[in-house]
Amino acid sequence: MYKPIHLVPANTRIDFMRFHKPAFVLSVIMVIGSFVLLFTKGLNYGIDFAGGVAMEVQQEQPVDLAQLRGQLDALNLGEITLQTFGQPNDVLIRIPQQAGGDQATQEAVAKIKASLGDKWQYRRTETVGPKVGSELKSSAVWASILAGLGIMAYVWFRYEWQFGVNALLALFHDCVTTVGLFSLTGMEFNLTTVAAVLTIAGYSVNDTVVIYDRVRYDMRRYKTMPLAELINHALNSTLSRTTITSGLTLLSVLALAIFGGEVIRGFSVAMIWGIVIGTYSTICVATPLLLYMHIHRIRGKDEKAAEKAAAEKQGSGTVARRGT
Amino acid sequence: MLHFSKLKLTVILGIILLGIVFSLPNLFPRDDVEKWPSWMPRTVVSLGLDLQGGSHLLYEVDTVSLVKDRLDSVVNDIRSKLTSGATRIGYVNLGVSNGAVSLKLRDTGQIETARPLLQEATTGMDLAIASDGQVTASYSDQALKQMKQQVVEQAIEVVRKRIDATGTKEPTIIREGDDRIVVQLPGVKDPQRIKDIIGKTAKMTFQMVDENAMLTGTPAPTDVVLDVADPRTDGAQKLIVEKVPLLYGQNLVDAQQTFENGAQPVVAFKFDSVGARKFGDATSKNVGRRFAIVLDGKIISAPVIKDAILGGSGIISGNFTVQSAGDLALLLRAGALPADLHVIEERTVGADLGADSIAAGKKACVIAIVLIVVAMVVLYGLFGIFANVALLLNAVLILGALSLLGATLTFPGIAGMVLTLGMAVDANVLILERVREEMRNGRSAITAMEAGYREAQATIIDANVTHFIATCFLFYFGSGPIKGFAITLIIGIATSFFTSVYVTRLMTSVWLRRTRPKLLPL
Repeated sequence: MYKPIHLVPANTRIDFMRFHKPAFVLSVIMVIGSFVLLFTKGLNYGIDFAGGVAMEVQQEQPVDLAQLRGQLDALNLGEITLQTFGQPNDVLIRIPQQAGGDQATQEAVAKIKASLGDKWQYRRTETVGPKVGSELKSSAVWASILAGLGIMAYVWFRYEWQFGVNALLALFHDCVTTVGLFSLTGMEFNLTTVAAVLTIAGYSVNDTVVIYDRVRYDMRRYKTMPLAELINHALNSTLSRTTITSGLTLLSVLALAIFGGEVIRGFSVAMIWGIVIGTYSTICVATPLLLYMHIHRIRGKDEKAAEKAAAEKQGSGTVARRGT
Repeated sequence: MLHFSKLKLTVILGIILLGIVFSLPNLFPRDDVEKWPSWMPRTVVSLGLDLQGGSHLLYEVDTVSLVKDRLDSVVNDIRSKLTSGATRIGYVNLGVSNGAVSLKLRDTGQIETARPLLQEATTGMDLAIASDGQVTASYSDQALKQMKQQVVEQAIEVVRKRIDATGTKEPTIIREGDDRIVVQLPGVKDPQRIKDIIGKTAKMTFQMVDENAMLTGTPAPTDVVLDVADPRTDGAQKLIVEKVPLLYGQNLVDAQQTFENGAQPVVAFKFDSVGARKFGDATSKNVGRRFAIVLDGKIISAPVIKDAILGGSGIISGNFTVQSAGDLALLLRAGALPADLHVIEERTVGADLGADSIAAGKKACVIAIVLIVVAMVVLYGLFGIFANVALLLNAVLILGALSLLGATLTFPGIAGMVLTLGMAVDANVLILERVREEMRNGRSAITAMEAGYREAQATIIDANVTHFIATCFLFYFGSGPIKGFAITLIIGIATSFFTSVYVTRLMTSVWLRRTRPKLLPL
C-alpha cells in the first residue's frame, strides 16, 4: 500500500524560541513602518472610497497611452490616470470626483464616451459619488473594528485573557502590515481589499487558535516543563499542520492570483501576503509572546499542594478548562 | 469511532442528498429547468451583475429640494388665501426660513379670521400663531419622515413603470435606507438611455404665453420667463408665460408617439374629463394666443391656438426623433416623479467582461481543486482520498445552499469559494496530523483514529467560529459583490465543517470496519 510522505519529520525539534526576539523587533519595525507609510504616503484609494469614475475600455490594437492621455486631458476633467489593465489593449481610466457633484460626474462619463467614440468597448463603468464613498469608507472601518472585537470576545471567552490579547495583537499585526503593503506598493485600496483584510483577520486568528489549543493542552500534560520549552514543543508538534494548511491555502490563492484575472488581483495579492504573514506571526510573534504574559500555571514543585488546593476548590482553577 | 447511529447516518446521507438535489438545476440549461415539474427544485444560483453583465444604479431622492418645493407652494397658497378672501388680511415678511414658513399679520385683530385659512393652507404642518400676529408653520420630524417615505415609494412606482415600458428584462427596483432606490438591470449594456429616462422628473405643465408681456418685453409679477428647449422650433430663446399653469401632466390619461403629416414624429396626448373641460374652456377663450407645453421647466413647444379644442386630445410637436418622441410619450404615460432623482453610484459591467470573469474564476477554481486534491493524496494517501471526496461534496453543498437561498454568486464570491476549498481541508489536516501523533504514541489503528477526531474537534470548532465571526461582520457591512463573497464564505465554513468532520469520519469508519487494519497507512 502507498505510504504517504511526511512533509515535516516526526522528530523535528526547531528551537523557535531562539528566534523570537529578532522576530519581535522585525514585527515592531513592520508595524511602525506601516503606520509611517500610512500617514506619510497614504493609500491609493480606489473609487469605492475616493469617489470618481473608473472605466475599463478595450480596443483591438494595443493602446497608445500617451496619445489617449492627450485626448482625454483635453476634456478638462481633472487629473486623469490611465493604466493598462491585464493586456496592452485594455485600459483602466480613472477620473477624480467632479466639482459639480453627482450630475457633473455623470456628464464626465458621457464626455469621455463621446470623445473615445465607437471603436472602444466599454467593459466596465463605475461611478461613485462623494457621499457613497465616505459611507463605504465608514462601513468598512466599522466592519473591521467590530470583527476585531467579536473575535477578541470569542477568544477571551474560550481562553485565559492573555491568549485573547495576544491573538488580537497578532491579528492587528497581520492586518496593519497588509494595509502597509498596499501603501508601500501603491496598489489600489478598495472594497475588495477590505474584504481581503477581514478574511486575513479570520485566517490569522484561525491559525493562532490552533496553536493556542495545543499550548493549553500541553500545559495540562507537561506541568513541570518550562514555558519556553513547552511553547517550542507545541509549535513543533503542530508544525506539520501549519505547513500543510498554509501551503494548501497558499496554493489555492496562488491559483486565484495567476488565473483569476485583473479584477481580483488586489484581493489575491493581499491574501497571499496575509497567509504568509499570518503564519509567520502565529509562529514567531503570537505564541512566543505568551512567555511574557504571566500565564498562571501550576508549576511542578507546587504540584502536590496545587492538586490539593484544586481538589478543595473542585477544579475552579485555571488549569483544567478544556472542553468548557 | 466505528459506530454510527442510524439517525446520524440518515441525517448525514440526507444532507448530502439534499445538497446534490438542490445543486442539480445548475447543471442544466435554464430553459430546460423551467420545464421541470414543480416538485423538483428549480432555483439556480443567480449570477451577480459583475458576472452576467448589467448595470447597478443607486439613486438618491432629492428630498432637500422636495421639502423646499413643498414649503414654497405653501407660501403661494397662503398668499392667495389671505388676499383673495372677502376681507383682505394684511401681512408682512411672508417667506421660508430655516425650514419653516413664517409671516406676520399686520392686524392682530384679524388673527381669528386668518386662523382657518392658515390651517387650511398648512395642512399636515405644525402651525403656531402668536398673540402678536407672528405665524410659523413647519413640518414635524415625523411628518417629514412620512413625506419622504411616501415620495420614495411613489418614485419607485414611477421608476418601475418607466423601466417596464423600455422592455428591460427582470429589473430589480428596491428601496435602500430612507431616501435611496437601487435599480439593477441585468444584461443591459449601455444604461445611458434608461438613465436618461429615469433621470427626467417629467413634470409637465400647460401654461399660457403672456402675449402682452412678450410685446413689451417686461414680465408681469404673475409671469415667469422660461427657456425654450429647442429654439429652432419657435424661433425665440425664451418666452414669458403665466406662472399659474392651466393644466398639469396629471390630467393626461394617454400619450403615444405618432407622426404628423406622415413624417414628423410627434406625441399625441389625451386629457381626462376634468382636463378636457379645462382645456376646452381655455382654448375657446384664448384663440390666437400661444400656450406653452413645459417639461421640467423648459418649453418644448408653444403652438398658437387656432380653434377651441374640445375633444380633450392634442399633439405636441417639437424637434423630435422617433426615439425622443417615444421616450416623451413613455414619460408622460408613466407620470412625473414626485421629486428629482440623482445617480450617486453606478456600476456597469459589460457582458464580455462578465464572461471573462466567469472563465477566469472557473479556471482558478479547477486549478486550485486539482492542486489540493493531488497534494492531499500525496500527503495522506487513502485518507487524503477520503478528504478529497469530502472536498468535492463540499463544493456541491455550497452550490446547493446558494441555490436554495437564491443567493447571488459574484466574482469575489468565486474567490471566496476557492479560498474556502483551500481552508476546508484544514480540518482534515488537523485530524490526520493528530492521528499520526497518536500512532507514534503507540496507539492502535482504531483508537488512534478515534483520538484524532476527538482531540481535533474542539480546535476545529474554535478555528471555524472565529473565522465565522469575522465573515459575519463582512456580510453585514459589505455591499454588492462583497456581500456575495461573505455569503459564500459563511456557507463554506458551515458546509466544510460538516463534510470534513462528519463525512470523512463516516467513510473512515466504514473502511475501518471492512478492513480491520492493525496499522493505518498514514
